[in-house]
Amino acid sequence: MGLEDLSETSATTQLKLKVTVNGELRERWVEPRLLLSDFLRHELELTGTHVGCEHGVCGACTIVMDGQAVRSCLMFAIQADGSVLETVESLADEHGNLSPLQSAFKGCHALQCGFCTPGMLMTLKPFVESCSDPSEQDIRNAIAGNICRCTGYHNIVKAVQQCIQSEGETE
Amino acid sequence: MDKRFFGQSLPRNEDAKLLQGKGLYVDDVHLPNMLHVAFFRSPVAHASIEKVDTEKAEAMAGVCGVYCAGDLGEFWREGILVVPPAPIEGIEFHSRTQGPLAKRKVRHVGEPICAVLAESRYIAEDAVACIEVEFKELPAVVDLQAALETSSALVHDELDSNLAAHAIQTKGDYASVREKAALVLEREFVYDRGVAGAMENRGVVAQWDAGSDQLTIWDSTQAPIPVRSILAQYLGLSESQVHVIAPFIGGGFGPKIMLLYPEEQIVPWLAMRMNRPVKWIEDRKENFYATNQERLQIHKAEILFDQTGHILGVKDVFLQDTGAYNPYGLTVPINSQCTLLGPYDIKHYTSEFKSVFTNTTTVSPVRGAGRQHGVFVIERLLDFAAKRLGIDRIEIRRRNFICPHQFPYENRLIYQDFEPLTYDNGNYEVALEEVRRRIGYDRFYENEQAKYKASGRHLGIGVAAYVEGSGIGPYEGARVTVEPSGHVNVATGIGTQGQSHFTVFAQVVAEQLGVPLENIRVTTGDTRRFHWGTGTFASRGAVVAGNACHTAACAVRKKAIELVCKLWGAEGADIVLDGGCIFSRENTSQKMSLGELAVMANPMRGAVEGDTEPGLEATRYYGPKMGTTASGVHAAMVEVDLETCSVSVKRYLVVHDCGKIINPMIVDGQIHGGAAMGLGNVLYENLTILENGEWANANFHDYLMPTAPELPSFETGHVETPSPLNPLGVKGAGEAGAIPVGAVIAQAIEDALSNYDLEICEVPITRNKLFDLLEKCKSAGSSKEKASLL
Repeated sequence: MGLEDLSETSATTQLKLKVTVNGELRERWVEPRLLLSDFLRHELELTGTHVGCEHGVCGACTIVMDGQAVRSCLMFAIQADGSVLETVESLADEHGNLSPLQSAFKGCHALQCGFCTPGMLMTLKPFVESCSDPSEQDIRNAIAGNICRCTGYHNIVKAVQQCIQSEGETE
Repeated sequence: MDKRFFGQSLPRNEDAKLLQGKGLYVDDVHLPNMLHVAFFRSPVAHASIEKVDTEKAEAMAGVCGVYCAGDLGEFWREGILVVPPAPIEGIEFHSRTQGPLAKRKVRHVGEPICAVLAESRYIAEDAVACIEVEFKELPAVVDLQAALETSSALVHDELDSNLAAHAIQTKGDYASVREKAALVLEREFVYDRGVAGAMENRGVVAQWDAGSDQLTIWDSTQAPIPVRSILAQYLGLSESQVHVIAPFIGGGFGPKIMLLYPEEQIVPWLAMRMNRPVKWIEDRKENFYATNQERLQIHKAEILFDQTGHILGVKDVFLQDTGAYNPYGLTVPINSQCTLLGPYDIKHYTSEFKSVFTNTTTVSPVRGAGRQHGVFVIERLLDFAAKRLGIDRIEIRRRNFICPHQFPYENRLIYQDFEPLTYDNGNYEVALEEVRRRIGYDRFYENEQAKYKASGRHLGIGVAAYVEGSGIGPYEGARVTVEPSGHVNVATGIGTQGQSHFTVFAQVVAEQLGVPLENIRVTTGDTRRFHWGTGTFASRGAVVAGNACHTAACAVRKKAIELVCKLWGAEGADIVLDGGCIFSRENTSQKMSLGELAVMANPMRGAVEGDTEPGLEATRYYGPKMGTTASGVHAAMVEVDLETCSVSVKRYLVVHDCGKIINPMIVDGQIHGGAAMGLGNVLYENLTILENGEWANANFHDYLMPTAPELPSFETGHVETPSPLNPLGVKGAGEAGAIPVGAVIAQAIEDALSNYDLEICEVPITRNKLFDLLEKCKSAGSSKEKASLL
């Protein structure tokens, strides 16, 4: 990062952020301390990613960065410079057709208030892509970093099982 | 006629939006020129405020203003008493409510003292860090028993003591039966709760439009209509100028009704002053300190049995922690008093409580709302009696159940709705038998448990029963409108925090109007669309708002039928509403879409006759005189690891009776969530107070909310005893899962460790506490020694 990426105004230092979000390259000047979750939600107005605790435990802020599930509340936006990010808004297609995982969530009543759901989906996205025959325990462990206060996880586990099973059938 | 929608497990209307992250929650509201608020909150539990220095904060670039109590002028006032004392004879009650910003004294950690308004939340928080407040600290009142001693510091110095309330309720004559008892058991129980822990913290956004004199507020509240009325009054506006929208809400569970939280009062005031939109969003630490919770009760209970294990009477004396303020009155302890009676035929009962002020966060209902405490006491006493009398645990409950012919059963105690507690109906034995069969009770004791023990594993079963008063008044309303497109609009005043109202209310309406579910749009919690009602609490949504939707839909159906009969000259014909159309069963050429009929019901020419109204629309209200009682039986199978004292829940079964079920999949979801919360409260969540009034663990690293690996799959069953009190025959289900969990798990652990003869009389039962208890048993030497976990 060179001097052209640094901007000093009378108030604050700003850094130039270049990040691909849901397939689109976004460029913004950001304060070093701006959280990635706040950048997504308030700068880009991608409000699907939710904030529940800001100390990295609840998982509601989970997004996919360079293929891995990460907590956006524990990162500064500038740390995502040069990365490829996917948020919950990228899962359905442009006509609003839900992804197989999203459809399974709907079919199994795996969400109630919907607040933890985007984080849950983004944690599960890499998991269902890589895991072909998980046990119930494997699924529970995969979402151990996502707190849900509404569902008791029962239907979420069912939804994942159903999704993986139907994906297996279509192959 | 077969039910097409009612009773079906239909997928939810709201899911597509939520799954795509398109649901609007309060922090998603972005308005141009918006300002942000952060609060300076007291770091100490009990102190007088000597000096507040906001100079540095005010001077900071980007700060628009710093406000303290004095700056609010006449707008500063103490909150309303949301729930006045119940009409219990001889009750003593001292009402103390919170102000929007502390004036001369703080009474709990987290109480707000200053509000900082700035261009961004980051700057507002920077400014808060620059505020300096000088406190003269006072002793923190945290111990419930010490709080009542004359030497204790006073949370409210205008009062003589920390006693917030004292009430006694009786049924029959306990003293008269005491001598007749074959067995008298006395125990002390301690039941602590924790935070509701909704995933979404609280928040408020307010926008004042000076041009049209309208104030719009987005608020994560369970009760937008009362919030509107109160704010209109406080701000000197007409109610018609104030619009409160409860958007999608990330979990309520009770604490999101307050009326009003300080932040709900201040943010709209600031928006009007600044003529710019103002936003405040709570963070998780604030949630631990500044959002209402439910907490400690200490019970000394005595129970009398005859020689065949029938309960002769119960006496219970308890202390209840109400926190620093008590705007929610005595809802929690009254629920504890009433719910203790459970599904049992108890003719003599005396229950006395003292509600006590402490220097902690205000207590108001959290899912279960005090019912947990009562259930824990009676269920544990039944278990100890069963052991002493040599009666099976399931059998002693069955023997004491109220029988179907005894309904309506009058318990007479005043309940949270201020009516004498009457159970409308129930069928407890059926649920108990289903639980016994499905948990494999007989098989477990015949050989399974012994086999596990032989291989060094300690497994046990717990079974508990309860009754849940639900569906209380005062009332709710709904408006159902058929549009020219044939789509239907339903609007009701209560809010939604995940209970699927957008779907279940649509199902109730679809059943009457035959319109496909996806063409029914339900609006909840928006005063612009419906402005009469109270809120979502006490497991009343489906019962009260659901029946209002039903009655309104029936009225629209009747209008539609009358109109076509007139149009077709077919009086008395058998008219069917199905697939969005209306037609005559006998003469199928007489058919039109409901949308066409709606247009015809609003003629361009020809007067609306007499007292009729245009269109296919109806607004109706449902106001039950008293609540309807749901009930259930839970069972758990647990395994205890003696080395680590961890309790693993292998199975958790709930057989619940909430009358007629609108959507079984959704009721099951409510049960799963409630049981998960219950298990969290009982095994993992231990909000620990320090001597100085701070929480030791006000964060998710140390306050352990259960995650997926900690919880079992849930098994459910349903008994349907329709309520005779409402047209739909439904009862509440929202809190059921959370209610008896403490009793079930305590019993199961004792059963798993039956060599140790332990008695668990406290919730939560953490690993550390179980370890201490086992150590006591071991050091006592004999396995017959009782050790009570207190």
